[in-house]
Amino acid sequence: MRRRLTPYLLILPGGLWLTAFFAVPLIMMLSFSLMEGNLIDGFAFTFHWQNYTEGLSTYGDKFVRSLWYGLLATVACILIAYPAAYWIAFKAGRNKSTYLFLLLLPFFVSFILRTVSWKFVLADDGIFLGTFKDWGLLNEDFHVLGTTFAVVAGLAYNFLPFMVLPIYVALERVDARLLEAARDLYASRVQTFLRVVLPLSLPGVFAGVVMTFIPASADYVNADVLGGSGNVMIGNVIYLEYFNNSNYPTASALSFTLMGALLVGIFLYARLLGTKDVLEAAGR
Amino acid sequence: MKLLKGRLLHAYTLLLVAWLVLPIAVMIAFGFNDTSSKQNFVWEGFTFEWYARLFEKEDLTRALVNSLLIALLSTVVTTVIGTMVGLALGRFRFRGQGTSNFVLFAAISTPELVMGSSLLAMFVQLNTPRGFVTILLAHVMFSIAFVAVTVRARVVGLDPSLEEAAADLGASGWTTFRLVTLPMIMPGVMAGAMLAFALSVDDFVITNFTSGSTVTFPLWVWSSTRTGTPPQVNVMGTLIFAVGVLVALYNLWSARRRRTT
Repeated sequence: MRRRLTPYLLILPGGLWLTAFFAVPLIMMLSFSLMEGNLIDGFAFTFHWQNYTEGLSTYGDKFVRSLWYGLLATVACILIAYPAAYWIAFKAGRNKSTYLFLLLLPFFVSFILRTVSWKFVLADDGIFLGTFKDWGLLNEDFHVLGTTFAVVAGLAYNFLPFMVLPIYVALERVDARLLEAARDLYASRVQTFLRVVLPLSLPGVFAGVVMTFIPASADYVNADVLGGSGNVMIGNVIYLEYFNNSNYPTASALSFTLMGALLVGIFLYARLLGTKDVLEAAGR
Repeated sequence: MKLLKGRLLHAYTLLLVAWLVLPIAVMIAFGFNDTSSKQNFVWEGFTFEWYARLFEKEDLTRALVNSLLIALLSTVVTTVIGTMVGLALGRFRFRGQGTSNFVLFAAISTPELVMGSSLLAMFVQLNTPRGFVTILLAHVMFSIAFVAVTVRARVVGLDPSLEEAAADLGASGWTTFRLVTLPMIMPGVMAGAMLAFALSVDDFVITNFTSGSTVTFPLWVWSSTRTGTPPQVNVMGTLIFAVGVLVALYNLWSARRRRTT
């Protein structure tokens, strides 16, 4: 009897905490998103679903841009991370953990500080652009900050470790005997990669996509620090609606729409490619 | 050809490391910059001045203290609660287990922006004053799942026969836990605790939404981007980086030693 109760007692504090500060806030935000009013007169629940339709029609382009930037950054991360994860998993030998450690170094510096540091690096008269301009290698009005490239590169930089790790874990688990078998059966190196290694590493890529696409699409720091007025993402809009305009209902509706869009996207993606793999890989 | 391909990928990996490390190197270097301007991104000479004047900006120092204090408290609470959840999920089979696993997955994959804004929506509706306490509540919330998952992974790999042996030898449930289970899962608990500390010290988005007028280190850095980030920020970033790397290296080293002895 006691043994049957034990797991519930163990899970109780954590469960209560997550209910109070994770689940309940989401419900409160849902109810806020259907309210009407302002900070001075107060807010009233009126099933004001126009918060959603108006929010979408006003900021639809920012939604599309956020998902687009998130997608670009995710694809960039896959292309950048895969070759390195492959090399570390199969060729780095005894130095595997050293290389992994090097790839994880950015985690020891605050996310915001890394982004600000990129701003230093890419500044118009900073150490690189400034020097190149002095040497006459670059046009005086060449700039990187304030462009789509800067924002997407910043996103890719910040979330890259989340892509490298799951891909590495998946590749590391590939049984070396399978590669030998493929060679014995006269598969070329390209065939071995495409038909043995790549399919076995896909669960890692799925997990990496989930862990990169969600935070990248919902980010507002990179767009704010590295981007310009033309790079405003939905996260920036939500932030401003909450803090500058105190327009809580609209901000809540936008935030909920964003979560819905990401959930639907991930769900479709998981259905397309096998839910179990994604859940399993992401749970690790 | 084969050799060439291996070398090419090796060179590529080193290039990737260089890209990842570049902004960190710049951060460290400009903590030594003898700058007089408000915008610290033109190199003007080497100095130790900013290390000597590290705590000169009182509000920055207070922000750093807040960050460390919140991280410490949140780590202690999260490690206890999260380890309990990890133990329950890794060791027992019970009804509601699937739901619990799903909640952990949801808590890890929900964007911070949504978590932060929903907490703000709740605090506004309940008229809760935002500050140190609300930041702490939020930090524990988003770290629990990470600790639980880390501990669960460790528990699943354990041999249950050791605990059975302890019970057969007459140890009570609590004694078994204290003398057998806990030492075995300790590496997982420590890893979870370090993860919780790192997540809390680093957190910007959720803190941003729950902070009220309390300022943490990341929030201070963020607000300084408009007016110019002083070199003291670089120095503090460098010191946090150095401590983090040393702790991680020590752990790698002691784990390797445990394996070889």
